[in-house]
Amino acid sequence: MNQEAALRLLVALAAGAIFGFGLSLSGMVDPARVVGFLDIASGQWDPSLMFVLGGAVLVAVPGMLLQRRLARPVFDMAFHLPGNGPVDRQLIAGSAVFGVGWGLSGFCPGPAISALSLGLPEVFLFVAAMLVGMLIHDRGLIVHRRQTA
Amino acid sequence: MTPYWSSLFGGMLLGVSAVLLMLLNGRVAGISGMVGRLVQGQNLAANAAFVLGLVSGPMLYWAWFGQPPVVTISASWPVILISGFLVGFGTRMGSGCTSGHGIIGLARFSKRSLAATLTFLTFGIAAATIWGAVS
Repeated sequence: MNQEAALRLLVALAAGAIFGFGLSLSGMVDPARVVGFLDIASGQWDPSLMFVLGGAVLVAVPGMLLQRRLARPVFDMAFHLPGNGPVDRQLIAGSAVFGVGWGLSGFCPGPAISALSLGLPEVFLFVAAMLVGMLIHDRGLIVHRRQTA
Repeated sequence: MTPYWSSLFGGMLLGVSAVLLMLLNGRVAGISGMVGRLVQGQNLAANAAFVLGLVSGPMLYWAWFGQPPVVTISASWPVILISGFLVGFGTRMGSGCTSGHGIIGLARFSKRSLAATLTFLTFGIAAATIWGAVS
Protein backbone atom coordinates (compact mmCIF):
# COMPACT_ATOMS: atom_id res chain seq x y z
CA MET A 1 0.00 0.00 0.00
CA ASN A 2 1.39 3.41 -0.88
CA GLN A 3 1.49 6.25 1.60
CA GLU A 4 -1.49 8.11 0.13
CA ALA A 5 -3.73 5.04 0.37
CA ALA A 6 -2.67 4.52 3.99
CA LEU A 7 -3.50 8.15 4.79
CA ARG A 8 -6.91 7.73 3.14
CA LEU A 9 -7.64 4.82 5.48
CA LEU A 10 -6.60 6.87 8.48
CA VAL A 11 -8.81 9.78 7.37
CA ALA A 12 -11.77 7.42 6.82
CA LEU A 13 -11.31 5.91 10.29
CA ALA A 14 -11.04 9.33 11.96
CA ALA A 15 -13.99 10.77 10.00
CA GLY A 16 -16.06 7.71 10.96
CA ALA A 17 -15.16 8.12 14.63
CA ILE A 18 -16.02 11.85 14.60
CA PHE A 19 -19.30 11.06 12.84
CA GLY A 20 -20.14 8.32 15.37
CA PHE A 21 -19.26 10.52 18.34
CA GLY A 22 -21.36 13.34 16.84
CA LEU A 23 -24.36 11.01 16.44
CA SER A 24 -24.07 10.01 20.11
CA LEU A 25 -23.59 13.58 21.36
CA SER A 26 -26.43 14.98 19.24
CA GLY A 27 -29.02 12.43 20.35
CA MET A 28 -29.54 11.12 16.80
CA VAL A 29 -28.38 7.70 17.99
CA ASP A 30 -31.47 7.44 20.23
CA PRO A 31 -34.54 6.24 18.24
CA ALA A 32 -36.86 7.52 21.00
CA ARG A 33 -35.51 11.06 20.44
CA VAL A 34 -35.89 10.70 16.66
CA VAL A 35 -39.48 9.47 16.97
CA GLY A 36 -40.12 12.28 19.48
CA PHE A 37 -38.98 14.70 16.77
CA LEU A 38 -40.89 13.09 13.88
CA ASP A 39 -44.14 12.48 15.80
CA ILE A 40 -45.63 15.96 15.75
CA ALA A 41 -48.96 14.98 17.34
CA SER A 42 -47.66 13.26 20.47
CA GLY A 43 -48.23 16.37 22.61
CA GLN A 44 -44.56 16.39 23.64
CA TRP A 45 -42.84 17.24 20.37
CA ASP A 46 -39.04 17.48 20.75
CA PRO A 47 -37.64 19.98 18.21
CA SER A 48 -34.00 19.64 19.37
CA LEU A 49 -32.98 17.34 16.51
CA MET A 50 -33.55 20.18 14.04
CA PHE A 51 -30.32 21.59 15.46
CA VAL A 52 -28.46 18.43 14.39
CA LEU A 53 -29.19 18.96 10.72
CA GLY A 54 -28.77 22.73 11.15
CA GLY A 55 -25.35 22.36 12.83
CA ALA A 56 -24.16 19.83 10.25
CA VAL A 57 -25.17 21.96 7.25
CA LEU A 58 -23.77 25.11 8.91
CA VAL A 59 -20.31 23.49 8.93
CA ALA A 60 -20.66 21.62 5.63
CA VAL A 61 -21.65 24.64 3.49
CA PRO A 62 -18.32 26.52 3.83
CA GLY A 63 -16.50 23.18 3.48
CA MET A 64 -18.24 22.44 0.20
CA LEU A 65 -17.70 26.02 -1.04
CA LEU A 66 -14.00 25.45 -0.42
CA GLN A 67 -14.21 22.09 -2.22
CA ARG A 68 -15.42 23.85 -5.39
CA ARG A 69 -12.23 25.90 -5.50
CA LEU A 70 -9.94 22.87 -5.19
CA ALA A 71 -8.76 20.86 -8.16
CA ARG A 72 -8.46 17.61 -6.19
CA PRO A 73 -8.68 16.32 -2.61
CA VAL A 74 -5.48 16.12 -0.55
CA PHE A 75 -5.08 12.34 -0.66
CA ASP A 76 -6.72 11.34 -3.95
CA MET A 77 -6.52 12.23 -7.64
CA ALA A 78 -10.11 13.50 -7.97
CA PHE A 79 -13.30 14.21 -6.05
CA HIS A 80 -15.83 11.37 -6.22
CA LEU A 81 -19.08 13.29 -6.54
CA PRO A 82 -22.48 12.09 -7.77
CA GLY A 83 -23.71 13.66 -11.00
CA ASN A 84 -26.30 16.42 -10.88
CA GLY A 85 -29.12 14.56 -12.60
CA PRO A 86 -32.82 15.42 -12.64
CA VAL A 87 -35.21 14.78 -9.76
CA ASP A 88 -36.75 11.51 -10.92
CA ARG A 89 -39.40 9.10 -9.72
CA GLN A 90 -36.83 6.66 -8.34
CA LEU A 91 -35.29 9.32 -6.09
CA ILE A 92 -38.66 10.40 -4.70
CA ALA A 93 -40.09 6.88 -4.32
CA GLY A 94 -36.92 5.61 -2.63
CA SER A 95 -36.79 8.58 -0.27
CA ALA A 96 -40.48 8.07 0.59
CA VAL A 97 -39.89 4.37 1.37
CA PHE A 98 -36.88 5.30 3.49
CA GLY A 99 -38.90 7.98 5.31
CA VAL A 100 -41.65 5.52 6.26
CA GLY A 101 -39.07 3.05 7.63
CA TRP A 102 -37.29 5.84 9.51
CA GLY A 103 -40.53 7.12 11.07
CA LEU A 104 -41.64 3.64 12.21
CA SER A 105 -38.56 2.85 14.33
CA GLY A 106 -36.58 6.11 14.58
CA PHE A 107 -33.49 4.50 13.04
CA CYS A 108 -31.65 5.64 9.94
CA PRO A 109 -28.47 3.92 8.62
CA GLY A 110 -25.76 5.94 10.44
CA PRO A 111 -27.16 5.77 13.98
CA ALA A 112 -28.14 2.10 13.57
CA ILE A 113 -24.66 1.01 12.45
CA SER A 114 -23.03 3.22 15.08
CA ALA A 115 -25.19 1.78 17.89
CA LEU A 116 -24.09 -1.78 17.02
CA SER A 117 -21.26 -1.38 19.54
CA LEU A 118 -23.77 -1.03 22.39
CA GLY A 119 -24.81 -4.66 21.88
CA LEU A 120 -28.60 -4.25 21.84
CA PRO A 121 -30.34 -7.12 20.00
CA GLU A 122 -32.90 -4.76 18.40
CA VAL A 123 -30.06 -2.86 16.71
CA PHE A 124 -28.59 -6.04 15.22
CA LEU A 125 -32.05 -7.02 13.99
CA PHE A 126 -32.54 -3.60 12.36
CA VAL A 127 -29.13 -3.61 10.66
CA ALA A 128 -29.64 -7.19 9.39
CA ALA A 129 -33.03 -6.24 7.89
CA MET A 130 -31.50 -3.08 6.42
CA LEU A 131 -28.70 -5.02 4.71
CA VAL A 132 -31.28 -7.46 3.29
CA GLY A 133 -33.26 -4.49 1.94
CA MET A 134 -30.12 -3.04 0.34
CA LEU A 135 -29.11 -6.35 -1.23
CA ILE A 136 -32.60 -7.06 -2.57
CA HIS A 137 -32.73 -3.60 -4.13
CA ASP A 138 -29.28 -3.86 -5.70
CA ARG A 139 -29.89 -7.38 -7.00
CA GLY A 140 -33.28 -6.38 -8.39
CA LEU A 141 -31.61 -3.60 -10.34
CA ILE A 142 -28.98 -5.96 -11.78
CA VAL A 143 -31.73 -8.33 -12.99
CA HIS A 144 -33.63 -5.36 -14.41
CA ARG A 145 -30.54 -4.12 -16.26
CA ARG A 146 -29.94 -7.55 -17.73
CA GLN A 147 -33.51 -7.68 -18.97
CA THR A 148 -33.37 -4.27 -20.57
CA ALA A 149 -29.86 -4.68 -22.00
CA MET B 1 -25.45 20.62 28.48
CA THR B 2 -29.05 21.15 27.38
CA PRO B 3 -30.31 18.94 24.54
CA TYR B 4 -30.23 21.93 22.20
CA TRP B 5 -26.54 22.64 22.67
CA SER B 6 -25.52 18.98 22.53
CA SER B 7 -27.64 18.51 19.39
CA LEU B 8 -26.05 21.59 17.79
CA PHE B 9 -22.47 20.56 18.71
CA GLY B 10 -23.11 16.94 17.74
CA GLY B 11 -24.55 18.10 14.43
CA MET B 12 -21.54 20.34 13.81
CA LEU B 13 -19.27 17.32 14.36
CA LEU B 14 -21.22 15.49 11.64
CA GLY B 15 -20.43 18.44 9.38
CA VAL B 16 -16.74 18.40 10.38
CA SER B 17 -16.54 14.67 9.59
CA ALA B 18 -18.24 15.12 6.20
CA VAL B 19 -15.97 18.05 5.25
CA LEU B 20 -12.80 16.17 6.29
CA LEU B 21 -13.80 13.14 4.25
CA MET B 22 -14.55 15.33 1.22
CA LEU B 23 -11.52 17.66 1.30
CA LEU B 24 -8.97 14.98 2.22
CA ASN B 25 -10.33 11.83 0.54
CA GLY B 26 -12.74 13.32 -2.00
CA ARG B 27 -15.56 11.10 -0.75
CA VAL B 28 -19.17 11.84 0.19
CA ALA B 29 -19.97 10.93 3.82
CA GLY B 30 -23.12 9.04 2.90
CA ILE B 31 -23.66 6.13 5.25
CA SER B 32 -26.13 4.13 3.15
CA GLY B 33 -23.88 4.51 0.10
CA MET B 34 -20.75 3.47 1.98
CA VAL B 35 -22.46 0.49 3.61
CA GLY B 36 -24.03 -0.53 0.32
CA ARG B 37 -20.64 -0.38 -1.44
CA LEU B 38 -19.02 -2.21 1.48
CA VAL B 39 -21.53 -5.06 1.09
CA GLN B 40 -20.71 -5.16 -2.63
CA GLY B 41 -16.98 -5.11 -1.95
CA GLN B 42 -16.29 -1.73 -3.61
CA ASN B 43 -13.62 0.56 -2.17
CA LEU B 44 -13.56 -2.04 0.60
CA ALA B 45 -10.74 -0.86 2.86
CA ALA B 46 -11.75 2.81 3.14
CA ASN B 47 -15.45 2.04 3.61
CA ALA B 48 -14.60 -0.58 6.25
CA ALA B 49 -12.35 1.94 8.03
CA PHE B 50 -15.15 4.55 8.12
CA VAL B 51 -17.68 2.02 9.42
CA LEU B 52 -15.19 0.87 12.07
CA GLY B 53 -14.80 4.48 13.20
CA LEU B 54 -18.58 4.98 13.14
CA VAL B 55 -19.10 1.95 15.40
CA SER B 56 -16.44 3.22 17.81
CA GLY B 57 -18.33 6.53 18.21
CA PRO B 58 -20.58 5.46 21.11
CA MET B 59 -17.53 3.94 22.85
CA LEU B 60 -15.65 7.25 22.53
CA TYR B 61 -18.72 9.02 23.93
CA TRP B 62 -18.75 6.53 26.82
CA ALA B 63 -15.05 7.12 27.53
CA TRP B 64 -15.50 10.90 27.37
CA PHE B 65 -18.68 11.28 29.44
CA GLY B 66 -18.37 8.22 31.68
CA GLN B 67 -21.70 6.81 30.53
CA PRO B 68 -22.98 5.27 27.29
CA PRO B 69 -25.28 7.33 25.04
CA VAL B 70 -28.98 6.74 25.70
CA VAL B 71 -30.54 4.40 23.13
CA THR B 72 -34.22 3.71 23.78
CA ILE B 73 -36.02 1.42 21.34
CA SER B 74 -39.77 1.12 21.78
CA ALA B 75 -40.62 -0.55 18.45
CA SER B 76 -41.56 -4.25 18.52
CA TRP B 77 -39.41 -6.79 16.68
CA PRO B 78 -41.76 -7.14 13.68
CA VAL B 79 -41.84 -3.34 13.30
CA ILE B 80 -38.04 -3.19 13.57
CA LEU B 81 -37.73 -5.83 10.83
CA ILE B 82 -40.11 -4.01 8.47
CA SER B 83 -38.55 -0.65 9.27
CA GLY B 84 -35.00 -1.93 8.66
CA PHE B 85 -36.00 -3.45 5.33
CA LEU B 86 -37.71 -0.23 4.18
CA VAL B 87 -34.70 1.87 5.26
CA GLY B 88 -32.26 -0.41 3.42
CA PHE B 89 -34.33 -0.69 0.23
CA GLY B 90 -35.40 2.97 0.21
CA THR B 91 -31.96 4.48 0.79
CA ARG B 92 -30.48 2.45 -2.07
CA MET B 93 -33.38 3.26 -4.38
CA GLY B 94 -33.22 6.95 -3.45
CA SER B 95 -29.39 7.03 -3.68
CA GLY B 96 -28.87 8.27 -0.13
CA CYS B 97 -30.09 8.84 3.39
CA THR B 98 -30.01 11.46 6.12
CA SER B 99 -26.23 11.88 5.79
CA GLY B 100 -25.52 11.86 2.05
CA HIS B 101 -28.59 13.86 0.98
CA GLY B 102 -29.25 15.67 4.28
CA ILE B 103 -25.73 16.95 4.98
CA ILE B 104 -23.42 16.92 1.94
CA GLY B 105 -26.20 17.12 -0.64
CA LEU B 106 -27.86 20.12 1.00
CA ALA B 107 -24.48 21.77 1.58
CA ARG B 108 -23.76 21.42 -2.19
CA PHE B 109 -27.17 22.99 -2.92
CA SER B 110 -28.09 19.84 -4.85
CA LYS B 111 -31.63 19.91 -6.24
CA ARG B 112 -31.88 16.12 -5.99
CA SER B 113 -30.76 16.08 -2.36
CA LEU B 114 -33.17 18.86 -1.40
CA ALA B 115 -36.03 16.91 -3.01
CA ALA B 116 -34.92 13.69 -1.28
CA THR B 117 -34.55 15.37 2.13
CA LEU B 118 -37.97 17.04 1.94
CA THR B 119 -39.47 13.70 0.88
CA PHE B 120 -38.00 11.54 3.62
CA LEU B 121 -38.73 14.18 6.27
CA THR B 122 -42.35 14.42 5.10
CA PHE B 123 -42.85 10.66 5.00
CA GLY B 124 -40.92 10.19 8.26
CA ILE B 125 -43.15 12.72 10.03
CA ALA B 126 -46.27 11.13 8.50
CA ALA B 127 -45.24 7.57 9.46
CA ALA B 128 -44.17 8.47 13.02
CA THR B 129 -47.25 10.60 13.64
CA ILE B 130 -49.76 8.10 12.23
CA TRP B 131 -48.02 5.13 13.86
CA GLY B 132 -47.83 7.05 17.15
CA ALA B 133 -51.57 7.69 17.01
CA VAL B 134 -52.69 4.13 16.17
CA SER B 135 -50.21 2.06 18.19
